Amino acid sequence: MSVIELENVSRAFTVSSRTGFRRTRREVRAVDGLSFTVEPGEVMGYIGPNGAGKSTTIKMLTGILVPTSGSIRVAGVDPSRNRLKLAKRIGVVFGQRTTLWWDLPLKDSFAVLQKMYGVPRARHRENLATFVELLDLGDLLDVPVRQLSLGQRMRGDIAAALLHDPEIVYLDEPTIGLDIISKARLREFLAQVNKERQTTIILTTHDLDDIEALCSRVMVIDHGHQVFDGTLTGLRASQSAPRTLIVDLATSLPPIEIPGTTVTKTEGPRQHLTFPPTTSAAPLVAQIAASYPLVDLSISDPTIESIIARLYATPHRSSEVSDM
Amino acid sequence: MDESALRRALGWPGQYWLLVMMWMRSGLAYPLSFALTVLTGVLITGTDFAAVFLMFSHLKSFGGFSLGEMAILYGTASMTLGLANLLTGSIDQVGQRIRTGELDVWLVRPVPAFLQAVAGDFVLRRVGRPLQAGLILAVALSRTELDWTVAKGLVLGLSLITGTIIFGAIFVLGAAFQFIAIDSAELSNSFTYGGQQLTQYPLVIFGQDVVRAVTFIVPLAFVNYYPVLYVLGKPAPLGLPSWIGLLAPLVAIAMIALASLAWRGGLRRYRSTGS
Repeated sequence: MSVIELENVSRAFTVSSRTGFRRTRREVRAVDGLSFTVEPGEVMGYIGPNGAGKSTTIKMLTGILVPTSGSIRVAGVDPSRNRLKLAKRIGVVFGQRTTLWWDLPLKDSFAVLQKMYGVPRARHRENLATFVELLDLGDLLDVPVRQLSLGQRMRGDIAAALLHDPEIVYLDEPTIGLDIISKARLREFLAQVNKERQTTIILTTHDLDDIEALCSRVMVIDHGHQVFDGTLTGLRASQSAPRTLIVDLATSLPPIEIPGTTVTKTEGPRQHLTFPPTTSAAPLVAQIAASYPLVDLSISDPTIESIIARLYATPHRSSEVSDM
Repeated sequence: MDESALRRALGWPGQYWLLVMMWMRSGLAYPLSFALTVLTGVLITGTDFAAVFLMFSHLKSFGGFSLGEMAILYGTASMTLGLANLLTGSIDQVGQRIRTGELDVWLVRPVPAFLQAVAGDFVLRRVGRPLQAGLILAVALSRTELDWTVAKGLVLGLSLITGTIIFGAIFVLGAAFQFIAIDSAELSNSFTYGGQQLTQYPLVIFGQDVVRAVTFIVPLAFVNYYPVLYVLGKPAPLGLPSWIGLLAPLVAIAMIALASLAWRGGLRRYRSTGS
């Protein structure tokens, strides 16, 4: 059975703006007709540009916000009606703010959470020991939270969100502002938690490496609509972003002329040619080698960023873009 | 209320205490700052009553009250506001919590947002006022000639509780209003701190309109004035019966109901408008 089910969920906000003396009210649909399901143990990356509706979706899934229309079920219950009950079964990390007690040692926050969530003492000790080891928190337990670095605090926050064995964890930009090593360590930890505890993880992020490292599934949302739902490979394949052939010639020459390609840049003897993703590179290379003094070449595939940028730029279609 | 709801409600005092302890220790993380704020708090509230004391060097009675009787009135006003502020005062930061997104953090925890709001940033230094008020009240009661009865003792004791509830409810109402107007913290302050300034004096000195307003609109007169009138055996203003002070518990219950509706309404509004 799916652990998260959304059916045609919409969420509208009234935005009032003032121009001169006139006040205008306008309805904005932050989330518009969203439907999807998440299976237990899935790790889903939830991405989209700022204001796409990611946070609104997460707030509805946690029960903070009531949807304007549509139905949501999380762990079998309606989140907005059973918010307090559901709270014990989910964990939430808000990347930009901490849920820990700022002026108290990290371990005090963990202790109060144990009581707040009613976690059995033995289980709490066990979890704490695991997280302390995996997240390397040992030296930090006695340090007041305000003295922790961003990366240390985030590790503390993530441990705090997992101490009560939640079935579902929502992570809102957990790696924002962290250095590369902290990011890698955090991803490794989350992957392990997911594997060992079958915890369902929903991750919003702007960092596509997070997705690459963790998520078996990606959902892209824009203007409140789902624009993609599938695997990362599927996402790459779905967009016909052009590929680029970088050619180094023996001397500077006028732009190479081969049908089906365009030269986008010339830097002395180096020329950048773009060609459609449906075209194979091999005959192209042969053609160039036959007519030009070819020294070296390389092919660059579009980055995930550029694919997603194209996805955002295309007028939103929902189902027909999905590859599954 | 079904059984599980009742069981949940029974857990509230424990949850409140848990959070209060956390915030208290959090406040003590800066011991010097804590000591200084308690000291300045006591000094400031101390000067409060000094003004009344000075006034009585020129007057024999004020609004029908002698110095000792004024001290009782002052003590009860200050005590109830002080206790309400200690127990629920933090709730007036809810507007700020909305702005910083901390309210969302509260809402994903398995403890009612209300408890987290009243316990959040619990400031122990607020004990300064109730302590000072208790001192004045003790001195005033021992020095004032009163023919005590059990009923009068009960009324006075109970009025400290109901008065605290009335002030507390006003704090909550003000906080609930912040769901509509985020920057309205000062509005409820004018009713609470302003109310304490008012209720430390015999209300008749402000004229009938004020007495009507604090009887029928914002029932501040029930915090201490009417109960104290009853205890001192003085007639009530506006031709009201002298037992009107006995209605304080009913007023307190009505205020709880009102505050609870307002808070729930505010939270519902936040959750359905997201602003």
